[in-house]
Amino acid sequence: MLRKGHIFKWYMGVFLVFLYAPAILLPVFAFNDSSIVSFPLKGFTTKWFAVLQTTEALHVAVRNSLMIAVTTALFSTLFGVLAARASTRFAFPARRSIMGFIMLPMVLPEIIIGVSLLVVIIQMGFELSLWSIILGHILICTPFCIAILSSAFMNLDQSLEEASFDLGQTRWNTFWLVIMPLVMPGIVASLLIAFTISLDEFIIAFFLAGTEPTLPVYIWGQLRFPQKLPSLMALGTILLVLSVSLLLVADYFRRRGIRKTGIESKGGFL
Amino acid sequence: MTQPIIQLSGLDKFYGNFQALSQVDLDIKTGEFFSLLGPSGCGKTTLLRSIAGFETPSAGTLHIDGQSMDGVPANKRPTNMVFQSYAIFPHMSVAENVAYGLKARKLPKAEIKTRVAEAIAMVGLQGFDARASHGLSGGQRQRVALARALVLKPRVLLLDEPLSALDKKLREQMQSELRQLQRAVGITFVLVTHDQEEALTMSDRIAVMFDGKIAQVATPEELYGKPRSRRVANFIGMMNFLDAKILTTSGERVEVDVQCFGKLTLPLAQATGGLEGCDAVGVRPEMLTILTESQAADREIEAVISEVFYYGDMTYYDVKLPFKEDTVTITMRNTAGRSILAVGEKARVGWSASSLLLLK
Repeated sequence: MLRKGHIFKWYMGVFLVFLYAPAILLPVFAFNDSSIVSFPLKGFTTKWFAVLQTTEALHVAVRNSLMIAVTTALFSTLFGVLAARASTRFAFPARRSIMGFIMLPMVLPEIIIGVSLLVVIIQMGFELSLWSIILGHILICTPFCIAILSSAFMNLDQSLEEASFDLGQTRWNTFWLVIMPLVMPGIVASLLIAFTISLDEFIIAFFLAGTEPTLPVYIWGQLRFPQKLPSLMALGTILLVLSVSLLLVADYFRRRGIRKTGIESKGGFL
Repeated sequence: MTQPIIQLSGLDKFYGNFQALSQVDLDIKTGEFFSLLGPSGCGKTTLLRSIAGFETPSAGTLHIDGQSMDGVPANKRPTNMVFQSYAIFPHMSVAENVAYGLKARKLPKAEIKTRVAEAIAMVGLQGFDARASHGLSGGQRQRVALARALVLKPRVLLLDEPLSALDKKLREQMQSELRQLQRAVGITFVLVTHDQEEALTMSDRIAVMFDGKIAQVATPEELYGKPRSRRVANFIGMMNFLDAKILTTSGERVEVDVQCFGKLTLPLAQATGGLEGCDAVGVRPEMLTILTESQAADREIEAVISEVFYYGDMTYYDVKLPFKEDTVTITMRNTAGRSILAVGEKARVGWSASSLLLLK
C-alpha cells in the first residue's frame, strides 16, 4: 500500500525528470556523430563545436546579444536602484500607483510591447538597431530589477544612514560607503537577472532586430535547416553550462553578502 | 552661571495634523546628564531627533552652544547620537566603525589610529578592534556605538533609548557604566527613556513629557518628592490619591477637606504645582506606616488589609480605608521583629500631614 509520502516522492521525481530531461538531451546530441537528431546514438564527436567556431554569422549574433544583455543589465539595474531607493525611502504623492505602473511590463505580453515599440520607433522615423532592442529589453527587465532591489533596500535599517550622516559624512558618501556595500548582493542579483532575461528574450528582439539579429533570433532562423540542428545542440550545451555557472557565481555572491551582514541565510538557489 | 549648551524655545513639530511637539521651552546645562522621560508617543524621541538634526521643527528656535541650528544639517552639528538599534555598520569591523566619523573629518591616519584605540579602550573593548561587528552581543554593540560617537568629542551626546534592548542585569550594569563614562568625559548627555527608574538613577535633571508638552523639569529628588501634577506623580513611582477639596486660603496656609483624613491645614508649598485646580492629595506608599501595637503616630487611621505582596526585603500592602472605594498601597521594609500581616487583618495606618501633596 502506498503511503501519503510516497505519492509526493513520485510526484517530485516525475516533475524533476520532466523539467530536466530535455536539457540533458542537449549535450547528449551535441556530441553525437550524426547529422540526424535521434536515437540510437552513433558515436562521439566534437565536430559540431568546430562548426560553431567557423560560423561567422553566429559570432556576430553572440556579440550583438552580449552587447545588448550587458547594456540592458546596467541600465535596468541603474533604473531599479533609483526606483527602489525612491519607493522605500521617500514618500511622494501617488507612490503606490506610480510603482504599479512601473511594474506593469512584467505582466504585459511581450508581443504587445514588441509590436507597439516597433510602431512607435518606425513612426518617429528612427532606424531599427541594437539600441531599439536595448530599449525594449530595459522596459521588460526594469520591473524585475525593481522587485529585487526594493527588497534589498527595504531590509536596510534606516538608522544606518542616519548614523553615517550624524557622524559627519555627507549624503553622497553615505550612499557609497554604507548603502551600496549593503545592497550589493541585490545589485549583483539584479544585474544577473536582467542579463539573463535579455540574453534569451526572443519576441521583442525579433520585432525590433532590423538587420542585426540577436542569438535567439539567429537560432530561430537556423531551425529551418535540419542539417544545422546538431550544431545548435552544441550551442545549446554551451549556453546551458554558462547559465549554470552564472547561477553558481550569483549564489556565491549572495551568500557572501549575507555572511558579511551577519543575517542568517534563508532560502536561495543551492 | 555658564550659558546652557542647548536652548530650545517655542519648539513645535507637526506631522500633518498631528502635533508631536507643542511649545517646548528647555535649557540643558553644559556637562549635565539630562533625561527626556515619558510614555511612548509623548514626543521625547522627536525632540531628541530635532536636536540631532533629523527632524526640522515646524516653529521655534534651537541653539546649541549659542549657535542657531536653523538650516544646519545633522552632519554639521556638534552632536552625536547613539541609536536605539545602535546602527553599527554591519560590513565594517569594530575599529572601522569607530574610525568612521574621524575619516569623514579627513584627519591624519596616525591621529585616527590613536584616537580609535583610546575610544575602544574607554568603553572596555580592548582586543575587539578587528572583530566583525555583526558577531557582537547587545552590550558590546552598545559599547561600539558609544565609542563611535564619543571618539568625535561632540559637545552633546544624544542617546535614544540605548538600554531598552538589553536584559535587566546588563541594563543595570550599563546604567552605572554610562553614568561613570559621562562623568569621565564631561560631555553633556541627553538620554531618551520611558523607564522612570533609569531616568531617576542616572540623571542630573529630568524633563517629563506628555502629549508633546514638557510637564516638569527637575532633579530626580525634586521630581519624586515634589511632582507638580497627578500625572507626573503617577508616572514617577507609585502615588496614592485621596479626593480633596480646598476650603479656605490664608497667607501661606491652605485648609483642605481630605477624604478619609478629614480637615487639615497644609503649608502652601505642599501645593507643588500651584493651588489652582487642585482636587486631590497624593501620598507616597512609603510615607504611610502600618503601626505595630507598641508604635504610635501623630495621626492614624483604621484600615483592613486587602492584599499582600511579599518581595523579600519589602512588603507591599493594599489596604482598604473606610469610605474609600480604591485600596491604598503601603510599602513596609521587612525589618527585624516586624511580622507580615495577613489579608483581612485590621491595621492602624500612621500618616503625617507633611508628607501630603496637594495636586491637580
